[in-house]
Amino acid sequence: MDLANYVPSAFTSLLKNATELITFAYDVPFARAVVFGVHIGGHLFVEGLLLVVIIFLLSQKSYKPPKRPLTKKEIDELCDEWVPESLIPPVTEEMKREVPVLLSAAGPHTIINGKKVVNFASANYLGLMGHEKLLQLHNLLPLSFHVDVHLDCETRIAEFLGTPDSILYSYGLSTMFSAIPAFCKKGDIIVVDEGVHWGIQNGLYLSRSTIVYFKHNDMQSLRSTLEKVTQDNKRAKKLRRYIVVEAVYQNSGQIAPLDEIIQLKEKYKFRVLLDESNSFGVLGKSGRGLTEHFHVPVDKIDIITASMGHALASEGGFCTGSHRVVDHQRLSSSGYVFSASLPPYLASAAIAAIDVIEENPQLITMLRDNSKILSTGLLGIQGLELASDIMSPLVFLRLKKSTGSLKSDLQLLEDLADRGKCQTFDLKVLPAVCIVGLYGTTHKRFLKMMQLQVLKEHSVFVTTSKRSIVDKCNLPVGIRIYVSAAHTESDLQKACESLKTVAASLFTD
Amino acid sequence: MITIPYLTALTTYFSYVLLFVFGQLRDFSSNLIDWWKPSNVQVRQGYAPICLGLEDFYIRRIFLRVQDCFQQPISSPPDAWIDVVERVSNDNNKTLKTLGSVPSFIYFGRRTTKVSRCLNLGSYNYLGFAAADEYCTPRVIQSLKKYFAGTCSTRVEGGTTALHSELEEAVANFVGKPAALVTGMGYVTNSAILPVLIGKGGLIVSDSLNHNSIVNGARGSGATIRVFQHNTPSHLEKVLREHIAGGQPRTHKPWKKIIVVVEGIYSMEGEFCKLPEIVSICKKYKAYAYMDEAHSIGAVGKTGRGVCELLGVDTADVDIMMGTFSKSFGSCGGYVAGSKELIQYLKYSCPAHLYATSLSPPAAQQIISSIKVILGEDGSSRGAQKLAQIRENSNYFRSELQKMGFEVLGDNDSPVMSLMVYNVAKLPAFSRECLKRHLAVVTVGFPGTPLLLGRARICISAAHTREDLNIDSLSSIATKHRLFLSSASALRWHNPSPSSAFCWHDLKLLSKSFSLVPTSHVLACSSPSNQQVIGLPRLKINRVRLALKVKLRYKPRDSSCFSFGFLMKTYIL
Repeated sequence: MDLANYVPSAFTSLLKNATELITFAYDVPFARAVVFGVHIGGHLFVEGLLLVVIIFLLSQKSYKPPKRPLTKKEIDELCDEWVPESLIPPVTEEMKREVPVLLSAAGPHTIINGKKVVNFASANYLGLMGHEKLLQLHNLLPLSFHVDVHLDCETRIAEFLGTPDSILYSYGLSTMFSAIPAFCKKGDIIVVDEGVHWGIQNGLYLSRSTIVYFKHNDMQSLRSTLEKVTQDNKRAKKLRRYIVVEAVYQNSGQIAPLDEIIQLKEKYKFRVLLDESNSFGVLGKSGRGLTEHFHVPVDKIDIITASMGHALASEGGFCTGSHRVVDHQRLSSSGYVFSASLPPYLASAAIAAIDVIEENPQLITMLRDNSKILSTGLLGIQGLELASDIMSPLVFLRLKKSTGSLKSDLQLLEDLADRGKCQTFDLKVLPAVCIVGLYGTTHKRFLKMMQLQVLKEHSVFVTTSKRSIVDKCNLPVGIRIYVSAAHTESDLQKACESLKTVAASLFTD
Repeated sequence: MITIPYLTALTTYFSYVLLFVFGQLRDFSSNLIDWWKPSNVQVRQGYAPICLGLEDFYIRRIFLRVQDCFQQPISSPPDAWIDVVERVSNDNNKTLKTLGSVPSFIYFGRRTTKVSRCLNLGSYNYLGFAAADEYCTPRVIQSLKKYFAGTCSTRVEGGTTALHSELEEAVANFVGKPAALVTGMGYVTNSAILPVLIGKGGLIVSDSLNHNSIVNGARGSGATIRVFQHNTPSHLEKVLREHIAGGQPRTHKPWKKIIVVVEGIYSMEGEFCKLPEIVSICKKYKAYAYMDEAHSIGAVGKTGRGVCELLGVDTADVDIMMGTFSKSFGSCGGYVAGSKELIQYLKYSCPAHLYATSLSPPAAQQIISSIKVILGEDGSSRGAQKLAQIRENSNYFRSELQKMGFEVLGDNDSPVMSLMVYNVAKLPAFSRECLKRHLAVVTVGFPGTPLLLGRARICISAAHTREDLNIDSLSSIATKHRLFLSSASALRWHNPSPSSAFCWHDLKLLSKSFSLVPTSHVLACSSPSNQQVIGLPRLKINRVRLALKVKLRYKPRDSSCFSFGFLMKTYIL
């Protein structure tokens, strides 16, 4: 028998055997069993086989690519190859700016470069700087740690504002960025004005909460944001929700409309965190801040923070609210727990300042009048416009023709800057105004030029708003003027006139 | 590395569990009783509670019971001796009703005008500049009259006075760097400068025990943060190698830059940074070194120039040197010193320079004058004397403590020393006993330290005299409460009933310190008459206990830990 015949026949016999085996398997008694009237047939056999296969596959190790960790030599090479960036970017001309150095106290009049100037760069709103009561020398020694004068200061602030309790921080900037993370954690919702200052921005970032911005001081935008946030988030009711606003915005001088905010807050059940750094001692009939200004009971606001470095002419900051709000911060607010306390002489200066405010409510009226004089005096200024509220002691001027589009703004500024160059001003201190191609840079430089003009030729000291690279606020920069109750009318007129003259010569449309 | 006896670890954990259970019970009942409280009214109106879940549990239910030991106000300058304002609790601080509510921390006890004169072992007044000084104080008063208390303006706007410029020069010269930038607060210095220097795509390698301001700054920067074991250069190297080789997470792109952040003296341990090793590793791996000298500047080194001088490291090798003025110089504020370009860049971009009110001029004057005294530029040798005195005092006191059998952390020459207490119940007991014996000592517990590693921290000053530092009362407190025994002295311990009574004592102390059983007045709890220890039948676990020393590593106190809140450092006196 040759192979050609044998193979098929062997195959047929094998097949035959297999069929026999299968028929046998089908025929074994348990395969013929009937369960609930259904013939099982050969299922059991097939499924048994399947099970064996599955078990076999499962028992095998899954495939893993072999691990080959880097050898010591390879790591060495990688470490050698790695070239870090330099610690700081190359220093440009712009970074080398010199700040004006004051040769006397930063009162309403000060001395810069041996020249007496009217100072509009200090937020000495009530002119309390150098008040004799603040200079009493008991407790002068700069020192650290809790001293009873701090407790007195906390009580005094709470008493003044009519809140249950308050807590003292050793620095204004650290107040907000410590207080916010103490109350907001991951998952909480914070609705915040886009124009808030860096201290608040940093606090928001550190809290890791969900941050939603609304348009600067725009109540329509706030309403729609609140609506959207509450609707979008099903769990919103169980989360802590805050609205964070500044009373008088450092970056624009606008006043937050607290009455509307309160209405919205109550409608949507949000808590309010209010920064009164530029309004404490300033707004309201007796200087009790934004709540008094809008006749809103202070307990409607859950958390109020403020810096004592402005109207109180001291240093440090405070946070005030209910006992629970304050007590919680004493152990969980990092800027309070992990830093040395405010030097006691600054705390006692703050107490004295509050006493002075309470005794002399006319200071606030004077300040208000002064703010009005300056704001109205600057109304017709060429090329610039008033961004701040007329009641605000922080007067903010921004470029008028900011069309909103970066390109056209740039074109405009280019024109203006060129014209500025053509004017025969004493520009020795300045590098020629060049357009770097950055909106902000040109803008700032332009304003800076204006500031220096005013300072040099008219002895009026005003400043432009600065913006750090880490600051995410995108409101336009401008000229910031701090009005004080201690400014005389002639000071204010001088400021108005000189600003107008310089502006007119720079913006000759 | 701190070793903690097995039994102590067990009793400490047990204490916390007990406190937690009691707290939960009280929370439960107060929820039932206090439903009309304003905070609860708000919740009913649809606001989420202002402190969710267990966020403030520790404060309300554990800290509050022993708050008399913390945040104690003083009414005198923190010189060698201070007046501690005595506080009494008129509600026993314990009845169910008051515990349900949240009384104010500071005002829970009526402030009395009574003060107790205590030896100050708590202030960071290393060189004694916190009290009136014959050279500094008249100048400070003069500058207050000239420049007033504050400038109401930022440094870049109108807040730079001639004093600020002078101070920056003086600091740069003192620290040994080309330029310096001065800010109004030490905490802000760290937390505002790190975000400017590094951002996304950068790596910050931080010591596990770095101060919270560094942690906050690092988190604020958006850079990746990795932690290396406390003061362990070998581990730092390992972390650096691993991360340089691996690149950024997920994308594996190479890091933009790496900053290694360390402290000069670790304030909770009193240890010096192993700077020479760390600096050489940074150099090798091209990482930038950032050193926080909050506690070491002015206090150590031959001329007070900090750990660089002490450990013989060239200041040029440390890229960013940061420090504060609130310790050795008796003032406030902070500084960064570095290359001229670095400072120029920081002055252009650092938020603390652009947005914060500038350092109060009298405080600036205090720093300038105290630096002059330290350098002998005032025409006397007082500075050198102060520096010699603090070194001598620290070493003397440290050796005395060790002789007594305390377990003391920290290095020789360091003015900061930690006495390990471990047990949570012993912290307040120790604090109260000390106060009774006119010693003002800071005790630090969770969360300032890991749960098990509660401690008392002592800061020595140059203002202390040798007589001040002869303290026998400390050892009597120690024997009374069986406090902190170093492993060596535990073997020699001659107390007749250790073991079981030890446990029982701990439990008893717990109930007393925290007034778990509302029987007696808080302070009465730790009075001597109440201190009889009930000895249970002595078990033969003596040897077992000593054999079973478990080595507990520090938990890395990195960013993740801090997000849980409750950062407690005791506000001492």
